[in-house]
Amino acid sequence: METLVHFLSLATKSIFIENILLAYFLGMCSFLAISKNVEASIGIGKAVIFVNGITVPLNWLIKTYLLDQGALSWTGIESLVSVDLSFLTLICFISTIAALVQFVEMFIDKFSPSLYNSLGIFLPLITVNCSILGASIFMDERGYTFGESIVFGTSSGIGFFLAIVCMATMRFKLRYSNIPDGLKGLGITMILTGLLSMAYLSFSGIQL
Amino acid sequence: MSNKKTFIDPLIDNNPITRQVLGICSALAVTVKVEQALVMTLALTFVVAMSNAIVSLLRKYIPSSIRIIVQLIVISTLVTLIDKVLEAYMYDISKELSVFIALIVTNCIVMGRADAFAMQNDVKSSFIDGLGNGLGYGSILIIVASFREILGFGTFLNFRILPEFLNNGLMILAPGAFIILGLIIWFQRSITSFVEE
Repeated sequence: METLVHFLSLATKSIFIENILLAYFLGMCSFLAISKNVEASIGIGKAVIFVNGITVPLNWLIKTYLLDQGALSWTGIESLVSVDLSFLTLICFISTIAALVQFVEMFIDKFSPSLYNSLGIFLPLITVNCSILGASIFMDERGYTFGESIVFGTSSGIGFFLAIVCMATMRFKLRYSNIPDGLKGLGITMILTGLLSMAYLSFSGIQL
Repeated sequence: MSNKKTFIDPLIDNNPITRQVLGICSALAVTVKVEQALVMTLALTFVVAMSNAIVSLLRKYIPSSIRIIVQLIVISTLVTLIDKVLEAYMYDISKELSVFIALIVTNCIVMGRADAFAMQNDVKSSFIDGLGNGLGYGSILIIVASFREILGFGTFLNFRILPEFLNNGLMILAPGAFIILGLIIWFQRSITSFVEE
């Protein structure tokens, strides 16, 4: 029960209070480029939830059992016990993400064509989405456990999903409004994002 | 395109942030203080120039199907290098910048330039293009940071300019960054009279 409550509050925290997009600015590039279109936003949102939910725990395993100081002690080889490979963290994380995204793409292409049709084109974009690598680095920096990293990965993906879908619907309405020339497109989107992030700030009063 | 044009173009007309919409994440996150923005500019300029040069050096040997992974490995090696250097010599700033130095790996400017420019051009012009884009990115970063530091803390490079009671807390938080950047984009696009469809 205690763990469940803990996981729930972690999820609420990473979806609303510390939204990865609106509080940490991660994943802005795809957010700005894709929020022009509601359907595409839903697609990339789902893809982010899916990939984040897998890569964060996977990177946790790699970090804990391969890279940390003394992480190799499970092999039982004495000379490996004191090895500290943590300087390789960044390269390992990004290669894991790139390889996994590639693998997932092939996998769902073969086994679930309908899922591939809705996620397929977004998966390659995800490799260079900062919110994926960012979530893994946050997981490492905050020292989450394995269970926490599953919850954190999935719920930061959900946070991204909510923000991008919200933005896409606002931009849909914006199409018919009269905006000054220089502000069209990126400019007005940034200001709208500012207002949206101000709205999300009101969650920060919640004590968990 | 001449080398001079390659260098000048991304500084003003084709600025990576305001025009190409690349690398927005870190432009917003590290602009609370000018000092952080300066360090970030140096780090990114180093990474983008070096990665452009290295990718351009290797461009004839990289098969196009795995080019993204090769570029990522080159970039993340350089980023690890700069991350460790900052940790060793500028510990306080490296703590403040926390994950954002590491996130240069997925900064779209670096990947975008490596893929779009360095894969087609020779080493020298790729290096210059990297420098230009790094500095173009940095110039916007420093403008945003100046606004946020002066309005938010009343200081510039830690020297007090405005009295403390004028501090505007919103500028330090996320919404301030978004709105200031939105206004700067408006300003830049009005000057270069660029209209997005």
